[in-house]
Amino acid sequence: MLDTFVPSSVEIEAGARLLNAIADPANRPNPYPLYQTLREQPVWRDAGGAYVLGRYNDIKSLIHDPRLSSDPANSAQGGSALSFLNMDPPDHDRLRRMTMRHFGPPANASRLQRMTPVLRAMARMLIDRLSDRSEFDVVAEISYPFPGRVIADLLGVPREDETKFCAWAEAIAHASDRDSGYRSKEAERTFQELAGYIMGLINKRRRDAAGDDLLSGLVNDTQDGALRSDEIVRIALLLLLAGHETTVNLISNGVLTLLRRPHAFERLRRQPALAPAFVEELLRYEPPVHIIYRGSLCDIEIGGVRIPGGSSVQLVLASANRDPSRFERPDVFDPDRPHNQHFGFGGGIHSCFGAPLARMEAQIALSELTRRLVSPELVEDPPPYQLNPTLRGPRELRVAIKGVIE
Amino acid sequence: MTAPANVVIVGASLAGLRTAEALRDRGYKGQLTLIGAEPHAPYDRPPLSKQVLAGWVAPMQTTLPRLRSVDAVWRLGAAASRLDRVRRRVEMKNGDSVSYDRVVIATGSRSRAWPVPSEQALAGVHGLRTVEDASRLLADLDAGPSRVLVIGGGFTGSEVASACRDRGLPVTMVELNAAPLMPALGRLVGDWVAARQRDAGVDLRCGVAVTRLFADGSGRVAGAELSDGCKVAADLVVVSIGAVRNCDWLADSNLDAGPAGCVCDAGCRALDRSGAPAFDIFVCGEAARFRHPLSGGRLVSLEHWSAATDQAHVVAANLLQPRSATNDDNLPRFWSSQFGISLRASGLPSCADEAMVVQGSLESGRFICLYGRKARMVGAVSINQPKWIAFYEDQIMSGGRFPFGCRVVDPPRSGALARPVFPTIQPSHP
Repeated sequence: MLDTFVPSSVEIEAGARLLNAIADPANRPNPYPLYQTLREQPVWRDAGGAYVLGRYNDIKSLIHDPRLSSDPANSAQGGSALSFLNMDPPDHDRLRRMTMRHFGPPANASRLQRMTPVLRAMARMLIDRLSDRSEFDVVAEISYPFPGRVIADLLGVPREDETKFCAWAEAIAHASDRDSGYRSKEAERTFQELAGYIMGLINKRRRDAAGDDLLSGLVNDTQDGALRSDEIVRIALLLLLAGHETTVNLISNGVLTLLRRPHAFERLRRQPALAPAFVEELLRYEPPVHIIYRGSLCDIEIGGVRIPGGSSVQLVLASANRDPSRFERPDVFDPDRPHNQHFGFGGGIHSCFGAPLARMEAQIALSELTRRLVSPELVEDPPPYQLNPTLRGPRELRVAIKGVIE
Repeated sequence: MTAPANVVIVGASLAGLRTAEALRDRGYKGQLTLIGAEPHAPYDRPPLSKQVLAGWVAPMQTTLPRLRSVDAVWRLGAAASRLDRVRRRVEMKNGDSVSYDRVVIATGSRSRAWPVPSEQALAGVHGLRTVEDASRLLADLDAGPSRVLVIGGGFTGSEVASACRDRGLPVTMVELNAAPLMPALGRLVGDWVAARQRDAGVDLRCGVAVTRLFADGSGRVAGAELSDGCKVAADLVVVSIGAVRNCDWLADSNLDAGPAGCVCDAGCRALDRSGAPAFDIFVCGEAARFRHPLSGGRLVSLEHWSAATDQAHVVAANLLQPRSATNDDNLPRFWSSQFGISLRASGLPSCADEAMVVQGSLESGRFICLYGRKARMVGAVSINQPKWIAFYEDQIMSGGRFPFGCRVVDPPRSGALARPVFPTIQPSHP
């Protein structure tokens, strides 16, 4: 019978110090040496009592473990589910199934394919705007607008409302630029406004003929029982919460990584067909999501340690992605890496269902940027980072250019 | 004992091919011969009862992809007739013989034939094992029979019935046990599958046997008589009553071999009738009969695709490096697609004495059912919930206990754990 992990006071102190360092914004530009320390022990305990893990094999096991709940009510912190990302089966399964049905195969196999020309046109337009510039901010001018417009297109937001919608999306993203999930009053207001707007789109589709966008699909679906309007609003908000900030950071982190490695940048410029391999390695090397949160429903034994039921559990995916026991030369950015089963999109039943779209966006953005930017150079390295340790990316990424080609 | 320079693999389907590839992967540079009774390059059988009957894939498009080149002599369309262990030769039906330093028995199995030859010979009576069987069955299905009779509600029979319903054909399926899939998965899951089959319009008769097939006077099957006195009119019959291991050619080899397979140890070494391992004879795939760690000492012969591929590596390791002492401790895995159900199974549910649903529910049609024998978890079945099965596979592999007492997401609503029945009727061998 395994004893509960009762750390000695020295270990608790070391745990608190290490985990505080990971949370410290000063370490945001390079948390990876801290993750290396994290992997020295299978489990750490933070000051709040959460159990924190960073090894690949342990995280791989736990991410598929039905004894871990995604419902914040089951963690020590408590809270309630905002969307099906924070729900457990069976409710989670039903909502995800209904959303997926309108997003991808088998029922909607060609949606993403149909979006490809639209995505290319968006990327083209955003880079065209840089043609007379000698310096620009990747984050504000490429990373933010691109995914925002993509989600707008996916939801069927009318063209004339796109700017308004993207402004809301950005405001919500900035509101999460904190070191916790706390939402300010302002963010709350933005949320309500956006929710109201989406409700309007839903009502329009209930009244008039629906289109072929995702919202229309959700409005008309009765296969698992109809979705209530508030459920559809929350799904739409989930796309923004889980699909906007993350893609923004994927693109920003990607540009930063390539600009630091002129050889890799040039390689992608010459061979845009390598974009998928580059993006996969980015998802491992500089993932947008560093940590995911769970609650234990009962005692779980992992790495020789017992995590009691009712505990908060944190899985540091970005640490698992750099685990030398799984990846050779883990701290090398190597797009030719074989067997690159990273945790960039999570895993298990909550694995990112927007992944195919996110991949496409990142591939298009990075191949277009490398192709068209003339002599790009980082103005500041490291750039300033957003505060959030969970959704990690630069707050601004200024790049000097000599021009933009066609 | 000299290093092997001449390996003969008898059987050129999945097990034989993967063994050849595994040998070359491990650096075997000697001579390699594959002997296959069928005249085809190795092909994939699972699609024959699924995608092929659905029309997605032509029967001849099921050739197995090669993982690598094997640089072997292929003797296809040439069945083995005898194993001469003294002269160390495989004798073939066509009179040829091939000598060996090491021989691998990978001859798989054949469909058990209908016990009455004159009834088996009627037009419209089919088995389903080979690409030729699949082509013939497809032609008869395309002709639009008025009713199909499937004899045997195992995996093959159920999948055939599913394909028939997809074509809108009336189907009667007759199963000896109380539920389809019962010997493999027990009654709890079997009853649930029976309900889905009936929902799909299958005329399912359980607990009865077909006693006689009768003809229409022009040599075509016209129907069957059942053990309960009922008669079923059918102009297409698919006989799917199990598989017989192709070990007849080993009859006088003194190996412990018969219709249930050739007994081997956990390292795939063939055992003779005294129980002694033969240093130069290995068994792989369906032909292998052995005591799996989860079987509680019982001899099992796995018909799974995964068994052939897993055992191929064990054979290659032990054949080339006898001291490597590699054992097959892989977790058996198999799957079935029928009636829109995604069914995944791991471990040995058939060796269990109890089962319980731990996630989801029978009512919702999405669940995980675990199997235990003597308080140990030995198997898991996922119905439409494949993402959870990896976790239970880990539990089985690391000595997980049964019942599984932990609190999990989506627990079954009803507190009572069902204790299903496994059939006492085991398929008998001729």
